Amino acid sequence: MTLLEIDALTVELPGAARPVLDAVTLRLAAGEVVGLVGESGSGKSVTARSALGLLPARARVTGRVLVEGRDLVGADAARLREVRTGVASMVFQDPRAGINPVRRIGDFLTEPLRLTKGWSRREAEARALELLAAVGLPDPPRHLRQYPHQLSGGMLQRVMIAGALAGEPRLLLCDEPTTALDVSTQAEILALLGGLQRARGLGMLLITHDIELAAASCDRVYVMYAGRIVEQAPAAELFGSPRHPYTRGLLGSTPPLTGPLERLRPVPGAPMSLAESAPGCAFAARCTFAEPGRCDHSAPELLPLTAAPDRSAACFRVAELPNPAVTEARP
Amino acid sequence: MSVAVALFRKLLGMAVTLLVTSFLVFSSLYLAPGDPVSFLVKGRSPSPAELVAVRKEFGFDQPFPARYWHWLDAVLHGDFGRSYLFHESVGAVIWARLPASLLLVGVSTVLIAVVGIGAGAFSALRHGTRTDKSVLLLVTVGAAVPSFAAAVVLRSVFGVRLGWFPTIGNGTGLLDELHHVALPAVALSVTFMALVTRVTRASMLDELGREHVEVALSRGAPRGSVLRRHVFRNALGPILTVSGLLVSGMLVSTAIVETAFGMSGIGSLLVQCVDELDFQVVQALVLLVVAVFVVVNTLVDLVHPLIDPRIAAGGGAR
Repeated sequence: MTLLEIDALTVELPGAARPVLDAVTLRLAAGEVVGLVGESGSGKSVTARSALGLLPARARVTGRVLVEGRDLVGADAARLREVRTGVASMVFQDPRAGINPVRRIGDFLTEPLRLTKGWSRREAEARALELLAAVGLPDPPRHLRQYPHQLSGGMLQRVMIAGALAGEPRLLLCDEPTTALDVSTQAEILALLGGLQRARGLGMLLITHDIELAAASCDRVYVMYAGRIVEQAPAAELFGSPRHPYTRGLLGSTPPLTGPLERLRPVPGAPMSLAESAPGCAFAARCTFAEPGRCDHSAPELLPLTAAPDRSAACFRVAELPNPAVTEARP
Repeated sequence: MSVAVALFRKLLGMAVTLLVTSFLVFSSLYLAPGDPVSFLVKGRSPSPAELVAVRKEFGFDQPFPARYWHWLDAVLHGDFGRSYLFHESVGAVIWARLPASLLLVGVSTVLIAVVGIGAGAFSALRHGTRTDKSVLLLVTVGAAVPSFAAAVVLRSVFGVRLGWFPTIGNGTGLLDELHHVALPAVALSVTFMALVTRVTRASMLDELGREHVEVALSRGAPRGSVLRRHVFRNALGPILTVSGLLVSGMLVSTAIVETAFGMSGIGSLLVQCVDELDFQVVQALVLLVVAVFVVVNTLVDLVHPLIDPRIAAGGGAR
């Protein structure tokens, strides 16, 4: 049974010109690390939240979101709670916003255990101490009694991770877990997440707008644009030879970590907002390869590449385009 | 900073506030038109010599600073002087009327807290629905109704037409007193209830949109617990501050309601003594009102760090 299987998930909000998610299909096996890359507003966070049944109440949702076989679309409170307390959990982007500022760290960690599993305070606190130690915080008994404002951003993100691990999940959803942090602590948090993932055999969905980061830490990567998956590939291959014009654009606009700094080529135009819609490929208006009358006419489906069946792309011209090696692939 | 030091600072601040107020109160009454002597000798035609004697007896012949000093000295020793009107010590006059007003304020406070916070929370949880809009409309109307208008309507409907409640007096015995205080308390609290409802609703909506609420839900906590532990709990700060301000200022508003309902209390006493130029009582009452205001708000300040640990116990946000 696949750990997470999202099948043609479409999410529409009243008043928006295009769906927030448009037939998103995504698979994540147990123990696999999958990246979800895209610009702000591309639907990455909504996709991840769907795996916890956290879609906006006003949204019209079709498709399926299977977490270990349980469909969360239209699920009742009991099934949602089952998934949220024991199967999947999320590390949110900004721990300052995500942890209640007026309650102690100990309350944050023990609350779900006591409320949903009926543990005693003593049991829950013992578990919280283990968790704080597991995420590498120096003084767990003291942190338990501290308030969020007494901890640095990096330490607080460790608390957030400890909280996500409290229910022994098998699926960890990480929504830009380092974006709100100082550059110096970002690497530490990523290393921690990687270590926990390997040690516990977690399936992990890593959301990021940093394509290099995704390539370095994931097994496979999905690229999203305007609510759609536009490309899927093993991380190294995606990075070495992106096929979808949008992915090429993303890589061309990322400064290389090593080697000479060449002039960056930004993707022209702006990402499509929820107030805009296009009959064809959502990227056509910004795409240098777009073919008038075809790309702006109907939307391409996400299809496996004939040359590489483990990769897929949603582009009519993917087979015709030159196969560029943007940079050499890196581990 | 330790809690003891913080407490000492608060108490010092309270003392200074009260001292400044006492000076303002005393000097404003000194400047007010009308001569208390003319009231004292009302109905008689005293000789100039008798007038001088009366002035001397009450200390009206002394210069202002000396009079203030004497008065302050006496007040600090618990002596607020004698009422010209009641021929009794001011302390006794106020003491006799205080319980009725405290009951009125107490019942109103409970009404404000229960109805105001309840309606606000109810409305916030149904944000955007017809129920929410109806509550908002009621609140707007409620906030616009002055207590004397509410008093007239309540008396005529529930007192006279329906005869459910007495329309005048204080009552005897706790149950009877509560029966008597019901309508005045509603009249007194309508406006305040409306304000607390609005603040509660706004504060709850603010907290409902916070990410930590979504995080708590994402971890499987039941919605009811999340609303209680994360939304309402975090919304308490502004609610407490506003309620503190309103309740501490309520003693003044009792003047209108007690007069309208023919109750004997601090408020109606204040009106009466201002009318009759009974300065000693007025001074003591104003000081009392200010003292209550300062004490209640100091208490709110002291409780605040318990609600929001980001506010240091010494006052001032981090």
